Amino acid sequence: MILQPAALALQLIALLVSAMGLYAGYYGIRILGRWDPASGSEGQLELERRTYLVSTIMSYILSFELMSLFLFIYTADDLHSLFTGAMCAAGTLAVNSFGYPALLFKIVNFLLAGVWLIVNHADNRGYDYPLIRVKYRLLSLIVPLLLLESGLLFAYFDGLKPDIITSCCGSLFSHESRSISGDLASLPHLPMQIIFFSGMAITLASGLYFYSRGRLAYLFSAAATITFLIAVAAILSFISLYFYELPTHHCPFCLLQKEYGYIGYLLYATLFGGAVAGIGVGALMPFGKVGSLARIIPVIQRRLTIIALVNYLLFTLIVVWTMVFSALKLS
Amino acid sequence: MKRAVERHLNILEFTLASLLRRKAKNLSLLAMYLLVIFILASLLFFVTGLKREAAVILNDAPDMVVQRLVAGRQDLVPDGYAAEIAAIRGVTAVRPRLWGYYYDALNGANYTVMAGDDTTAISEKATIGAGVAKVRNLAVGDLLPLISYDKAPLLLEISAIFPSASNLVAADMIVISPVDFQQLFNFPSGQATDLAVTVRNAKELPTVAAKIAARFPDSRPILKSEIQRTYQSVFDWRGGMTLIILASSLLSFIIFAWDKATGLSAEERKEIGILKSIGWETSDVLLLKFWEGLVISLTAFLLGVILAYGHVFFLSAPLFAQALKGWSVIYPDFKLMPVVDAYQLAVLFFLTVVPYTTATIIPCWRAATIDPDAAMRY
Repeated sequence: MILQPAALALQLIALLVSAMGLYAGYYGIRILGRWDPASGSEGQLELERRTYLVSTIMSYILSFELMSLFLFIYTADDLHSLFTGAMCAAGTLAVNSFGYPALLFKIVNFLLAGVWLIVNHADNRGYDYPLIRVKYRLLSLIVPLLLLESGLLFAYFDGLKPDIITSCCGSLFSHESRSISGDLASLPHLPMQIIFFSGMAITLASGLYFYSRGRLAYLFSAAATITFLIAVAAILSFISLYFYELPTHHCPFCLLQKEYGYIGYLLYATLFGGAVAGIGVGALMPFGKVGSLARIIPVIQRRLTIIALVNYLLFTLIVVWTMVFSALKLS
Repeated sequence: MKRAVERHLNILEFTLASLLRRKAKNLSLLAMYLLVIFILASLLFFVTGLKREAAVILNDAPDMVVQRLVAGRQDLVPDGYAAEIAAIRGVTAVRPRLWGYYYDALNGANYTVMAGDDTTAISEKATIGAGVAKVRNLAVGDLLPLISYDKAPLLLEISAIFPSASNLVAADMIVISPVDFQQLFNFPSGQATDLAVTVRNAKELPTVAAKIAARFPDSRPILKSEIQRTYQSVFDWRGGMTLIILASSLLSFIIFAWDKATGLSAEERKEIGILKSIGWETSDVLLLKFWEGLVISLTAFLLGVILAYGHVFFLSAPLFAQALKGWSVIYPDFKLMPVVDAYQLAVLFFLTVVPYTTATIIPCWRAATIDPDAAMRY
């Protein structure tokens, strides 16, 4: 257990997000069960009002998730000095087996909450709440994940025991002398470069095609999703190396530090922003034919496509810029 | 895009006007909010300042200190240990240190007495810290009488006083020559209190420490990094503990905010009713409420942080100092170096603004979904 103020703040957020999620989920299930737009009963009116509450709560959850994602990484980074052998967040997260799963679920929940808000936005544009069932089914998927994430976060902070001086001798030599390795598995850089740039090119091409012709939305959405995963692997594999100008340092977290001009925040913001918009295009696709949305959805999709493309393009430009001007040259 | 921005700006303008119209209610909320943020921010700034101070001081600590344990208690280290440790490959220097505490019955203070290097410390002369000089009313050239363990007086002439910049480490310090040290404490020769070990390559420290521990099973090597880590967790722990104690005040503030947000006055209900009847949608009213919360939160946050900055870094945190610093007869006066970074502010934001916002979501939604006719008839 660790009583650091930031760790306490993160646990407080996890509690609040879980409570809000449960509340929204409860009304989500009630809406799913009793929704009847044809009825003018008081119950239906009440449910229609509740939808405003649920979407407000979800937009707060999304922003809290995003902010706490970075706070979590920063806190993990700040705590590294408490553990023997940990050099940055990568080491601290590996202190017990809950660190990386908690981070993973934070990212997944952020993406899902983003997609939910996109669907919600489209739904609010139609006068007859056409996507209400889809929306609340998605919500009942997100809520358990939010709870799981909070559980993992609590387990992680509960299991952190700093290596401090013990009374018999320095902690290093007293018992189970073990050093945490901050090394992350990474893929070879040359193939990764080819995959990364082709992934970006395919996303760009399919995005432009979809934007101009309005077809192959699923291809674009799939390309954007896969490219997101590839980009994360690419950061580990070669992008980080160019920033650190070190052929052995593969850390995805040190990019967020002051030494590298906080460039990581921009990189991850563009990457996550692009991914949410890209996934959103695909998520909206099945509803393009729904009566009141037939005209609205294509407009939203095109806007999302532009957002995704601009974000990914910015990400790629930063990467290319760094590769060209970095003092490190990988052969 | 332009229209969306204009919509937000218009609603913001309306929000500001409506907040000003209900000054009394909003000022009381703001004052409570400000107080909570001020207390939490002072705490965070103070703990971070102390951590930083400790880190700066420990930077000059030796890479490794080797103590000797007898029956689990620290004991004197024979000089033979130093020679053998110096022979370990990678060790640059081993310095036997002589130090201890001297209790002064005159004023109940404990001085830290340390033997200086043979080269700098002259017999029967002493360099003292500003704290010692103050409690004993001494100046350079005066005589400081100490009573040795043999009950014989030892007269030391003050040759210098440490500058007050080094107060945090040197306030209670008396540096004398090794010969005087042995005489004062009846200290056996050929022994040291502990050994300060310097290792050329920091990465080899654990290996060297393991070798020392293997060669002398009764030794206790302590690395600088371990001392730093311990200090850091002690301060974190103190900060976290105080935070948990303050959680009750945070909670009562949240209940207060909830109550304020729920209890809409008749006038406010009427206002929302009129807005809705002239065409505002539920989402517009929600946006209005969002801006209202944001304006109050940001005002309270900025003012609270600025006040806390003054409290901690200009006034040395009179509200917390006793609880967090510890206590002793000669307590160094020190001003914390101002350190405020985005990380602290983010933590503070999460501890105050986020709970406040969460507590007001449901009341705001209730206010926004009032039926216009019901609201105006109320």
